[in-house]
Amino acid sequence: MSGVLGPLNDLAGGLFLLNAFAMVATRQVRGCMRFFIWQSICLVASAALIGGITGTAELFIVAAINLLTKPVIIPLLLRRSVPQDIQTRREIVQVLTVPSALLSALVIAVFSYFAGRTLLSAAAPLVPAANVPIGIAGLLLGAFTITVRREAVPQLFGLMAMENGAFYAGMAFAPDLPLIAEVAAAFDALIIVLLVAILTRAIHERVGTTEVSSLTTLKEEPRQ
Amino acid sequence: MIAHLLYNLVQVAFVMGLSPLFAGILNRAREMVQSKRGPSIFQPYRDLAKLFHKDEVISEESSWIFRVTPYLVFVTPVFVTLLIPVLTRFPLFFAFAGDMLAAGSVLALGGFFAALAAIDTTNPYGPMGASRTRMVSFLAEPIFMIVFFTVSFVAGSTIPYIVQTRWITPPASFFEPVHILLLLSFLMIILAENGRIPVDNPSGHFELAMIDESKGLEYSGRGAALMKWGGYMKFTVLLIVFLNVLLHPWGLAATLAPAQALVAILLVSVKILGFLAVLVIIESSLAKLRLFRISEFLTASFIIAVAAMISQLFTGGAA
Repeated sequence: MSGVLGPLNDLAGGLFLLNAFAMVATRQVRGCMRFFIWQSICLVASAALIGGITGTAELFIVAAINLLTKPVIIPLLLRRSVPQDIQTRREIVQVLTVPSALLSALVIAVFSYFAGRTLLSAAAPLVPAANVPIGIAGLLLGAFTITVRREAVPQLFGLMAMENGAFYAGMAFAPDLPLIAEVAAAFDALIIVLLVAILTRAIHERVGTTEVSSLTTLKEEPRQ
Repeated sequence: MIAHLLYNLVQVAFVMGLSPLFAGILNRAREMVQSKRGPSIFQPYRDLAKLFHKDEVISEESSWIFRVTPYLVFVTPVFVTLLIPVLTRFPLFFAFAGDMLAAGSVLALGGFFAALAAIDTTNPYGPMGASRTRMVSFLAEPIFMIVFFTVSFVAGSTIPYIVQTRWITPPASFFEPVHILLLLSFLMIILAENGRIPVDNPSGHFELAMIDESKGLEYSGRGAALMKWGGYMKFTVLLIVFLNVLLHPWGLAATLAPAQALVAILLVSVKILGFLAVLVIIESSLAKLRLFRISEFLTASFIIAVAAMISQLFTGGAA
């Protein structure tokens, strides 16, 4: 790794991890969205930096696609399609209290270090060392966000954070992945967001809430 | 060696003499940002002078602890000043007398006695404030530990003079995630330990909501002046640890020449003023947290500190 690019890539990784923690902890739907945007920007930065380090042009295009979809189009899409009162809700119901959720998240991050190390020892030495464990941590923390949250939209952000994490680790392993796969993944993410948003809207209109814990029983229409 | 001792004295004089000024500038700037006029930046000096000339009243119910505490609160930051690089890039006479953990525990000693003294007078507000201060600091202390252990893990030492050069050799290591995350975490515990805004309101004078301020309620005259001055110095010392040891040793004197010392005093003051500007922004844009949210604030700081350590494992482990 050359000069300043290596440490800068590591810094992007550290901030990526920090945003993953913040998404576990934040209480507001808007806050969750903001941290997701920042996490995606860290992802874009790292993609561009690895592109610079390894000299692969594809990664710059991937960075550009991600810059367009994740920090811009997805929030816009959600802002337009999800009802306002879900977005402005301040307190998200959580399964765990904030300190215990954060401490569990910490355990997950430490675990992903050991998971990442075994993967790294199998990979080529050219891989930027930080990306693999941080990407795995991002993936697991995204999954953890989904489990501790009881609200549809933050769960969606958890899902997107998982995608971010997988991507973050993946681009270190395969910096020259065919561009078509990246484009397909970006479109997939958009369609998932759109689908979940429409579902959320429909559920909100029908039931009046998108709190997952109150959606556990199936209620059938009374038969005539 | 004489020159080194002299430098140490200059450092102590710097912290002792200028810390009320920094507090005054912070107050004035905050009031100005909130479109008020605010007191003069020299107001802390006038307060101290006024208090030193006043008579002291001590409760008959109190014990020797109450009388000793102001001196301890005043002296502990002075001791810490001897251990940390205030103006110089090279180790001074007392540099290896204690590391950052020692400095932290000396500071904690002052806090401990201040809490004891607040309970000592049997004034109802004192123990309340003291127990709240303890709540904040027993949550903050593990974070201090993690920060210092992470520093020793990265730099191989907890002597502050060795730590400060680690972040700039090579220059690119300034951007290491462990460095940036440690800074963020330490900033949060500076706010918590000094009763700044997201944790406590330093300008609030409502006894039921006080945390840090309530410790000095019972003091008058010289005792109150020493407690206040000690508080200013503790704040300055923590700022110096943050700016010189953890952030960047920019502007510090490289040799013993007196001209360099003058330049260093100027540049370190500029650094502190820059930090005060950041603090004003934080204090004017955030609201005070509810008491039971403080634990969440400090958990976040703890997580950031541990994330710093983990990211050092991530980046340094396999490279």
